[in-house]
Amino acid sequence: MAEQKIKGYQTGTFVVGNRLLDPEQRSTQARTERSNTLTSGHRACQGCGEALGARYTLDAAMRASGGKLVAANATGCLEVFSTPYPESSWQLPWVHSLFGNAPAVAAGVAAALKAKGREDIRVVGQAGDGGTVDIGFGCLSGMFERNDDVLFVCYDNEGYMNTGVQRSGATPPAARTANTKPVGPEPGNVFGQGKNVPMIAMAHEIPYVATATVAEPRDLEQKVERAIGMRGARYIHVFVPCPLGWGAASEDTIRLARLVKETGIFPVFEAEHGELTAVSKIRRRVPVTEYLKLQRRFSHLFKPEPNTEVLERLQAGADRNIERFGLLADDEGADFPGEATDLARPPEKEQGPPPALVEPDTDSNTSMLLKETHGKPR
Amino acid sequence: MEKPFAITLDVGSSLANKTGSWRTERAVYHDRLPPCNHGCPAGEDIQQWLYEAEEGGEGYERAWRKIMEDNPFPAIMGRVCYHPCETACNRAQLDEAVGINSVERFLGDEGIRQGWRAEPAAESSGKRVLVVGAGPSGLSAAYFLARLGHAVTIREAGPMAGGMMRFGIPKYRLPRDVLDAEVARILDMGVELELNSKVTDVLEPLEAGGFDAAFLAVGAQLGKRAYVPAGEAAHVLDAVAMLHDLETGEKPLLGRRVAVYGGGDTAMDAARTAKRLGAEEAVVVYRRTREAMPAHDIEVEEAEEEGVMMRWLSTIKKADDGKLVLEKMELDETGFPQPTGELDELESDSLVLALGQECDLSLVEHVPDIEVEDGVVSVGSDLMTGHPGVFAGGDMVPAERSATVAIGHGKKAARHIDAWLRGGSWEPPPEPELASFETLNTWYYSDAPRTHRPRLDTVRRQGTFDEVVEGFDETNALFEARRCMSCGNCFSCDNCYGVCPDNAVIKLGRPGELYEIDLDFCKGCGICVAECPSGAIRMEPEEI
Repeated sequence: MAEQKIKGYQTGTFVVGNRLLDPEQRSTQARTERSNTLTSGHRACQGCGEALGARYTLDAAMRASGGKLVAANATGCLEVFSTPYPESSWQLPWVHSLFGNAPAVAAGVAAALKAKGREDIRVVGQAGDGGTVDIGFGCLSGMFERNDDVLFVCYDNEGYMNTGVQRSGATPPAARTANTKPVGPEPGNVFGQGKNVPMIAMAHEIPYVATATVAEPRDLEQKVERAIGMRGARYIHVFVPCPLGWGAASEDTIRLARLVKETGIFPVFEAEHGELTAVSKIRRRVPVTEYLKLQRRFSHLFKPEPNTEVLERLQAGADRNIERFGLLADDEGADFPGEATDLARPPEKEQGPPPALVEPDTDSNTSMLLKETHGKPR
Repeated sequence: MEKPFAITLDVGSSLANKTGSWRTERAVYHDRLPPCNHGCPAGEDIQQWLYEAEEGGEGYERAWRKIMEDNPFPAIMGRVCYHPCETACNRAQLDEAVGINSVERFLGDEGIRQGWRAEPAAESSGKRVLVVGAGPSGLSAAYFLARLGHAVTIREAGPMAGGMMRFGIPKYRLPRDVLDAEVARILDMGVELELNSKVTDVLEPLEAGGFDAAFLAVGAQLGKRAYVPAGEAAHVLDAVAMLHDLETGEKPLLGRRVAVYGGGDTAMDAARTAKRLGAEEAVVVYRRTREAMPAHDIEVEEAEEEGVMMRWLSTIKKADDGKLVLEKMELDETGFPQPTGELDELESDSLVLALGQECDLSLVEHVPDIEVEDGVVSVGSDLMTGHPGVFAGGDMVPAERSATVAIGHGKKAARHIDAWLRGGSWEPPPEPELASFETLNTWYYSDAPRTHRPRLDTVRRQGTFDEVVEGFDETNALFEARRCMSCGNCFSCDNCYGVCPDNAVIKLGRPGELYEIDLDFCKGCGICVAECPSGAIRMEPEEI
């Protein structure tokens, strides 16, 4: 399905459904016939971002593959909360691997299906950031390097939450973890460590790499559909807030995922064969503090006094992403979530009614630390 | 069943695990009162009719019918209402208020164009109600009483129906074909209208005519007088009388330079009318400042566009042939204007007084139990006067004077009269909590700047009474309707259904019953509440 951006329909494509749109234009998650691949009764915490990310991803993959889908799942929260023996929340063929070998298991499933002449069945490998960035990384890199026909999805909640909130290679600087604090008076994770797996995946020059957040299910669904439509190694990195591990309110899961993109901390983009092809523009830019202050893992940056040095470093990191990926809307029609500014192809014609829309003021030179706007993401 | 090594249990679904037991709070769908509805003097359910209009096509008729449940004059309201709904609109805090009035006008005009008719009256109650006065309040009461099954007769002193909508609001704001069409729709329901029949004593027709109840809505048709010493040759008129005469075909002689005394909407209407009648200069003289002026901003703005001039902080000391003597005022500490003794002159061929209106209450003079205070009739919260079965509303009772308020009174009175006739009483339903801006998640609304209605070129406003404010076409109207944020009310965006990590929102898709929380699995995380754009869900503590 071609990507469609709809304006002027009250909420356009910001919301999950929108009764004013044709049923075909609505998201997978708006459909009563969605697969619910991860069904009710799972034991994820209240407001779990990973449960949401997994259902968004796999429901879209099920739809795109016509229900012919197998998932290999690394050990981690997602496996533990969904499959306490003998119960399972999975409503698709699903296999549990070790913590570190999910990409290899997925590659093996794909190879077996190929041997059986069943390449119509598609394979997804999935893991948390621990299973992807650290423990499963060797297998993942091998899967990329061999260009195995697997879509690998990382649900990144920035730490080992299943084992009690430990630091992973995806834990951001300054974030406090439960029992992996660095030596010294500062409880936060140090700067200058960790790895950016989407960029590493791009370095493998695999057919498709994308990032997404649970705040924009339409964008995520489109990326999954795109990936399922391709062969070879593909990678999607989904940002999924963890209320428990981050010390955030359970109702703030989506809000945090929205803010991480709107601050520039987490760039949302697509890449093909190692080339950046599209970025999702920031709609209403906000300072990083808007994102940080909602999480207790960053509370030491605000109490007893604001730690301006660290906050400025974090803001500088976000600013660097904004610059590096070109995240600011500088041309008309680029401020809708999931509305990628296509770097490789000319923009497609817009759908929807004709009334002219004026873009909101997004002055790239204004210091966002000072700027307060109406209708900012909350 | 033979099981593999080390496997002792069959595979089961997690659906057996009712995670709803974790919950300490539950999500509950909960309609809040949208500020537009809260602000509407006629009690329209604006959010609901915009919801219908948003769908376009057949939604327009549903929207129109929704308005007609609360107000029989959509096309008139879409022109003359001062839209307190837009003042209250939450979208004003995001970009600009939704153009509710413009959409209402589009729907009203569509209703006239398509010939949509009012809902037929309910089964006859056998009761007869007299309505005195065919202004907005009287007509509104007649419409709602007829819907409730009562036989209604309106007695109107004047030669035409419409009251102040005809004799007070100039044509350039309300074209008469629109007024006539909406009045005719009420008469088509079987309401009898007797023109040129002034009621001098309300008890007389009540007793003689066999009416079971009466609703008085005679309006405030008399121009207030103020003592202005005038020379013999001075030409002084009253604004209400002038506008009235114009409507009945008499063109007042105003001369080349016209002064209007007063600061209300009628003063603006008089000055703008004078311009259209050929006056080269129309000057409004007002004793206070623009900020203190009771006229609505839009009226002042349009008057200024048309070249009407303003003399603030001035009173008229004397009117003479061809000139006025003005005295400058200044505001004291309390903001009240005080004379300065400094005099000034203003050349003017005529002076139009627009200092407010009074009611002709002679029809209740002889009713001892009807109380009159400060020139208006006292009524209870049910709009009944001291005389059982005699109700009153509109400009003749203590309230803000506007067509919309009057229409609201008509509806309210009809409900109370109906209840009274049936031997009961009508209680307004309890008001839900207000949908404040803070209850919304405005992230989800498209960036959509407001579309404004074009206004007639000022040159063409000089000599004609053509309508000043133009209407929307369908595209504009639909776009504007879709700017509505549906504050406090579900508009089926599917967000709750999509964002629940536990699939604990069931999409029913039945009208009025769109979603349901599956309490077997809802863990009470509150994401659906936080991500509901319109604030139509809230968390409620579980009873533990």
